[in-house]
Amino acid sequence: MLSLRRRDLLCQQAIELLTEYLEGNLSRGQKRRLERHLLACPNCSNYLEQIRITVRLTGAMEAEELAPGAVDDLTELYRRWRDED
Amino acid sequence: MSENVTASGVCRRRSTLRHVETDAELLGRLQSGDEQAFAMFVKRYQMPMLRLACSMVSDQAVAEEAVQDTWIGVVRGIDRFEGRSSLKTWLFSILVNRVRSARALEHQRRLPRKPSVDPDRFDASGHWAEPVESWDDALAERMDASALMPVLWGALNGLPPRQREIVLLRDVEGLSSDEACDVLGIRAGNQRILLHRGRAGLREILASEMKKA
Repeated sequence: MLSLRRRDLLCQQAIELLTEYLEGNLSRGQKRRLERHLLACPNCSNYLEQIRITVRLTGAMEAEELAPGAVDDLTELYRRWRDED
Repeated sequence: MSENVTASGVCRRRSTLRHVETDAELLGRLQSGDEQAFAMFVKRYQMPMLRLACSMVSDQAVAEEAVQDTWIGVVRGIDRFEGRSSLKTWLFSILVNRVRSARALEHQRRLPRKPSVDPDRFDASGHWAEPVESWDDALAERMDASALMPVLWGALNGLPPRQREIVLLRDVEGLSSDEACDVLGIRAGNQRILLHRGRAGLREILASEMKKA
């Protein structure tokens, strides 16, 4: 159970600040309030950790393979475009 | 493979693999009309561009045409490229303009702030109604990452288009906030709102998947 002080954040408010927090875009005061909330609230700190894992996994998504022949087809077009100029 | 760790500890992998030649080196060759340099650029950027275009329009043919138009734009504009942005940012900017011309969407209106998590997940006092479970790091490590990829692709494709564009540019392609704003021509505040919702949407899908594990 969280013990609430007058200017403490609610969980619902805290999670809406997390992207701004990860982007380093919060004011010093907002950052302090959020970090105080995160220290006291395992649910929100778990949520933040989940967002970090999500970002990490998303960054590991691989580009699909090029269709066979795509490079040759585009290079053929390139020759035409280049020679038009 | 290179990794960026931001001040807040977000670890992000660049999606492009290490290059034999840098973009700047290839660019010089392309400016002299070297078709092998062009082919290298195609190998490097065709699929990331197609993926971005497909995130913006549902019609694959329109997406492919926009990508091809982008390559024409590159060939015709290569002498004017001054290198003030990275080549990748320049390519994506041309692409976004081409796709937008095809679908003419309004992108500058200010976005309303809406909750990123279903309000029903909170009790009347604004705190979580049910505990948020930890995704034990070990669990994430144990899961075969390649098995998660189809889930993530499905989740990404299920996001609203503007959230999908931002998540692709920021978290998949590794562009900075400024670069992504330049590419899409949107305000930094809107970019953060879209990114916030997009990441929350992906997290929600992953959370269901983690429960199955």
